[in-house]
Amino acid sequence: MLTFIVRRLLLVIPIALVTGSIAFFLMHLTPGDPVSLMLGSEATPARVEQVRERMGLNDPLLVQYPQWLLRVVRFDLGDSYFLNRSVASAISARIVPTLQLTTYALAIALLLGVPAGVLAALRQGSLLDRALMLLAVAGTAIADFFLAILLILLFAVTLRWLPSGGYEPLREGVIPHARSMLLPSLALGVSLAGLPARLIRAALLDVLREDYIRAAVARGVPPRRIALGHALRNALLPALTVLGAALGDLLGGAVIVETVFTLPGMGQLAANSIARRDFPVIQGVVMVSAAAYLVASLLVDVLYHVADPRLRQGAADDAANAARGR
Amino acid sequence: MSAGRAELSGRGGLRSRPRGWRATYQPDRRRRWWRLLLTSPSGLGSLLVLAAVVVTVLIGPLLLPHSATYINPIERLQGPSGSHWLGTDDLGRDVVSRLVEGGRTSLLVGLLVMSVSAACGTLIGLVAGSYRRLDAVLMRLMDGLMAFPGVLLAIAVVISLGARLSSIVLALTLVYTPVLARVVRASTLLIRQLPYVEAAQVVGLGDARLMLRYILPNLLSPLIVQCSFVIAYAILAEASLSFLGAGIDPRAPSWGMMLRDGQRLLGPAPWLALAPGITLFVVVLACTVLGDALRDALDPRSRERRADGIAR
Repeated sequence: MLTFIVRRLLLVIPIALVTGSIAFFLMHLTPGDPVSLMLGSEATPARVEQVRERMGLNDPLLVQYPQWLLRVVRFDLGDSYFLNRSVASAISARIVPTLQLTTYALAIALLLGVPAGVLAALRQGSLLDRALMLLAVAGTAIADFFLAILLILLFAVTLRWLPSGGYEPLREGVIPHARSMLLPSLALGVSLAGLPARLIRAALLDVLREDYIRAAVARGVPPRRIALGHALRNALLPALTVLGAALGDLLGGAVIVETVFTLPGMGQLAANSIARRDFPVIQGVVMVSAAAYLVASLLVDVLYHVADPRLRQGAADDAANAARGR
Repeated sequence: MSAGRAELSGRGGLRSRPRGWRATYQPDRRRRWWRLLLTSPSGLGSLLVLAAVVVTVLIGPLLLPHSATYINPIERLQGPSGSHWLGTDDLGRDVVSRLVEGGRTSLLVGLLVMSVSAACGTLIGLVAGSYRRLDAVLMRLMDGLMAFPGVLLAIAVVISLGARLSSIVLALTLVYTPVLARVVRASTLLIRQLPYVEAAQVVGLGDARLMLRYILPNLLSPLIVQCSFVIAYAILAEASLSFLGAGIDPRAPSWGMMLRDGQRLLGPAPWLALAPGITLFVVVLACTVLGDALRDALDPRSRERRADGIAR
């Protein structure tokens, strides 16, 4: 168990390095001089040169790279060109709405997707199954920003039940907060729900073919208990691990949904920075999201191993084999 | 779904259906998969929709009476009518002409991203699956790319390289190559264990020839299936980019930009957002459904499972 966690942690290091390097070199592909962008058009060439020297931008890339890495490890992501503050503080000021949005959206996706997948698997081949799977495919094919616009058109413009945008923090009360977050979370969650639905259905159908299910049927265990007790327990785990990979889509979708609903989150910060060509902020948001993805997939993998004793045994075998030098 | 990479890995190439893998060369099945695709309602339907879209986009600009960029303030914000089928936008430009023009960009980006990332993904996956030493390096590189949320990585690349067609294609290629490389690598590892590959190795065939003549042909079916999903998600991602203002050219019409402009006028002129949104949905849905139908046609086992009532 511990071996697995340590090994999995060690695996994160090269991936994080690769991810970081891509971000670093991307920044240096940027045409134009960041210093002249930052200082504006009135700056004299001498002043630009002075700032470049101070920021270490005149050093060769191979000198800059380790220095940059050291700064990133200390969460120093540089300064925004326009916001007059550091990228780290700009992001941390905006991270709460994004965390809320992604959490609610994930909850909606699971609340819709898991029961839909279970129903479809149990009523396999029926009209209900086909209708649900059609909805799941449609959900993955619809652009989340178009779904967002449809929701605004229906609930904000036509029915006038909910606001079309804006954000109320949780401390302003649960109801206002929920009213401001409902449509964005639905837009993001519904377009994501197709994935768990399909995964759960496939995993459940796989499990239902196993011998122990047939044995349970033979023993006369009621079908409902077989489905929910025996089968679902074993189907849920493998299906949900694949969902860990969906976190990237969740974060990417949040950028767009936040823009549509003018939620003051990390995504809107990135979108506004696109218009201003505020490169350090964009790079910072990209780095933070990538780090979140790495941490989340690590957690999912470790939890999976904690929850599934068969894998623990497998890992122990691997370790034993490795110790024997195979 | 904004980048769809999780969806892609969820649909998995071989990873999700190792038992369904059939790698032996069967000429009769190869000839039949086209017929299977064309006789399934979803396969035929999605092909027809896509064919209609491609034809419209190719010859549409020649036939349509209005220009996509002609600004005519007198006719601004008109609803759908006989002369403007889907109405006009706030600058009096014809929505149908703009949809067709934007569709050219969308389909071009989808096809280019699909071809380039299929080529890169196949090369990387084949090499990683064949040489153990390179495997770790290449796959960590792919993992590193996968860690970026697709849309954000694409934004960062487009912003850095400038808003051009080439940088958008490069950006989205970086997003989808890792997915295809993983699928190809997994299939390569499975195929390499098959007796006929071992036999070819024993006879003394060179690596290059082994990969191109013996392994590559058997990779094609999972690859083709994934490619139709990549087109779908690349079109979606291109729309997301232009929706966010990181698209190709702010002056050229594109579906994402039309949606962004339409959102401002949702009350007075809902058709401005609905027209590009529904078009985008139909095209992406057709590509996704085609991918599922292709999988059924190319992989006999997945079809048999469906017939057994053990569909996936």
